Amino acid sequence: MQKFISLNGLVAPLDRSNVDTDAIIPKQFLKSISRTGFGPYLFDEWRYLDHGEPGQDCSNRPLNNDFVLNNDRFKGASILLTRANFGCGSSREHAPWALHDYGFQVILAESFADIFYSNCFKNGMLPIVLDAHKIEELFQATEDNPGFTLSVDLEFQQILTPSGEKISFDLDSYRKFCLLNGLDEIGQTLSHQKEIAAFERNHLEKHSWLNQEVR
Amino acid sequence: MAGKTLFDKLWESHEVRKNDNGTSLLYIDRQLIHEVTSPQAFEGLRINKRGPWRKDANVAVPDHNIPTKNRDKGVEDPVSKLQIDTLASNTAELGITNFDMSDPRQGIVHVIGPEQGITLPGMTIVCGDSHTSTHGALGALAFGIGTSEVEHVMATQCLVQEKSKNMLVRVDGQLKTGVTAKDLILAIIGRIGTAGGTGYAIEFGGGAIRSMSMEGRMTVCNMTIEAGARAGMIAVDQTTIDYVKGRNFTPSGPTWDKAVKYWSTLQSDDRAVYDETIVFEAASIKPMVSWGTSPEMVAPVDGKVPDASDPAKAEQTNNALKYMDLKPETPMGDISFDKVFIGSCTNSRIEDLREAARVVKGQKVALNISLAMVVPGSGPVKAQAESEGLDRIFLDAGFEWREPGCSMCLAMNADRLEPGERCASTSNRNFEGRQGQGGRTHLMSPAMAAAVAVEGHIVDVTKYYEN
Ligand code: SF4
Repeated sequence: MQKFISLNGLVAPLDRSNVDTDAIIPKQFLKSISRTGFGPYLFDEWRYLDHGEPGQDCSNRPLNNDFVLNNDRFKGASILLTRANFGCGSSREHAPWALHDYGFQVILAESFADIFYSNCFKNGMLPIVLDAHKIEELFQATEDNPGFTLSVDLEFQQILTPSGEKISFDLDSYRKFCLLNGLDEIGQTLSHQKEIAAFERNHLEKHSWLNQEVR
Repeated sequence: MAGKTLFDKLWESHEVRKNDNGTSLLYIDRQLIHEVTSPQAFEGLRINKRGPWRKDANVAVPDHNIPTKNRDKGVEDPVSKLQIDTLASNTAELGITNFDMSDPRQGIVHVIGPEQGITLPGMTIVCGDSHTSTHGALGALAFGIGTSEVEHVMATQCLVQEKSKNMLVRVDGQLKTGVTAKDLILAIIGRIGTAGGTGYAIEFGGGAIRSMSMEGRMTVCNMTIEAGARAGMIAVDQTTIDYVKGRNFTPSGPTWDKAVKYWSTLQSDDRAVYDETIVFEAASIKPMVSWGTSPEMVAPVDGKVPDASDPAKAEQTNNALKYMDLKPETPMGDISFDKVFIGSCTNSRIEDLREAARVVKGQKVALNISLAMVVPGSGPVKAQAESEGLDRIFLDAGFEWREPGCSMCLAMNADRLEPGERCASTSNRNFEGRQGQGGRTHLMSPAMAAAVAVEGHIVDVTKYYEN
């Protein structure tokens, strides 16, 4: 797993609630059997005016100039600022893969859908929940100040604004630990192999029908 | 002392250990695998030289990409073909059972699990697919996971999870004739919203749920994720036991008796405490139809498309109306259609097809409908429908009768909407572009979709039940 420790980055505002994972990465790109290369197709239906297909070279495709990520002001952004229930819908991990491949490492939102939230951490990304009022202030600041950046520090669970304001955020300690250390979660779980094997023996004995082979 | 909820019981019986930080290591009984969210997980196992912990716990099936006609020609799209072939080779390499395209048991992963007895009460079940919540209808703890977690379960048979809170959605009374499980769950999502269940496991209870068939219960649990909750579940009762009995991989003999005894304990205690309880009156629910681009944007069949007067929702409403090309205050009955899709893991079981056929029988598909299709959820559903003559009813009316798969629910195969087309769909998501870029989806029950097919526009299907 990739590490995340801290980041100072440009903020891009996506002013919508309920952004679903179908919008983040449309289904045709899910046919890929690899984990990389999704960045050019991030938000494909909003970002381009034509229909995209996997493997297509995006450099000559017609851009939708109304879409925020096509605005030069936000080129190179690594922090995505958005509204409530971001990442709802399909469980596709291709959504965080696409966001990360594009360059986003931090997402600030009022709330996230559960599966998406959990998927982010597996890919070195930090989703941060802030209250609606704070999110609104950040939207305002992003609009008012071209080149608006934020510094995000995971260790201290703190965001620093250019004006010196400190915003703290909550995070589950296990997720924080894994992200800071780039821990292999499977390896972590396997360190309990004996316990798992003992549980399993007892569980399958008690519920013997669970041992039925499906052929 | 406070009692335990069904969710508490399922959770505790699978807890291998509690970690210091409040998470638990949860044992997973069954993992279902499909072609789209698994290749990168198999690759991860290979890179790290890890094997499957318990290969029998996994069952795979291709469904998302699979063609629904001319199967003898194989999979034409080379990219889809590679993904389906990759599933076959990955599962063969690890010795995991795969119901491939030629297997009569092949179908949508959430339809075949319960149908084959691969899904049983009391299990923990995961799949790299958000609609895994479907399996909770059998009194199981079932939820969708991402690809990294698919790999985690294959390698360890466990997942690190934080326990969700408990929510009870109680539906008192009985649904009116012609009002189905789909209408109920759309009404629930319409009330609590697409994030209403975030952080919760939802148990559905009350008289309307108790008298619902297993197919209906699966429809309700299937769309729990559309209300934001990863898991939906329903207590085990006689309906559950009767459904499970005699399926391919259901236990038999003395093991069956032992299993039934255990399954019969899978209900919430009388004094169980929920963090949240929401009550619905079943009799007040009407057939529901979605008008927008989120499953919470729904209206009763006799209602209207809303205006954007609620300032908190104005922007969302306006975006949705623009995408859907609808004017505020349009009566739902005035919306007319181009296509009809009856299928998906929400509504492609035998009961769904019977409901739709009942409306279609002796009628013809309306002239403005360019395509009406029925895609059964699995090989056995298709065979059962054909033995009842349902295929003839649909074909005679002008429907297409296809092979099982996800099909136009997400349009990864050739079945899709063209830009601007409007579709009456029994699937679960009306997101922008879900059924094809620029396509417009209205979610509804199989009976309602069948009525759209024959009348060309939205009608209240309860009138078909009057005599
Ligand atoms: S039918 Fe639709 S929702 Fe169900 S598993 Fe297939 S794509 Fe997903």
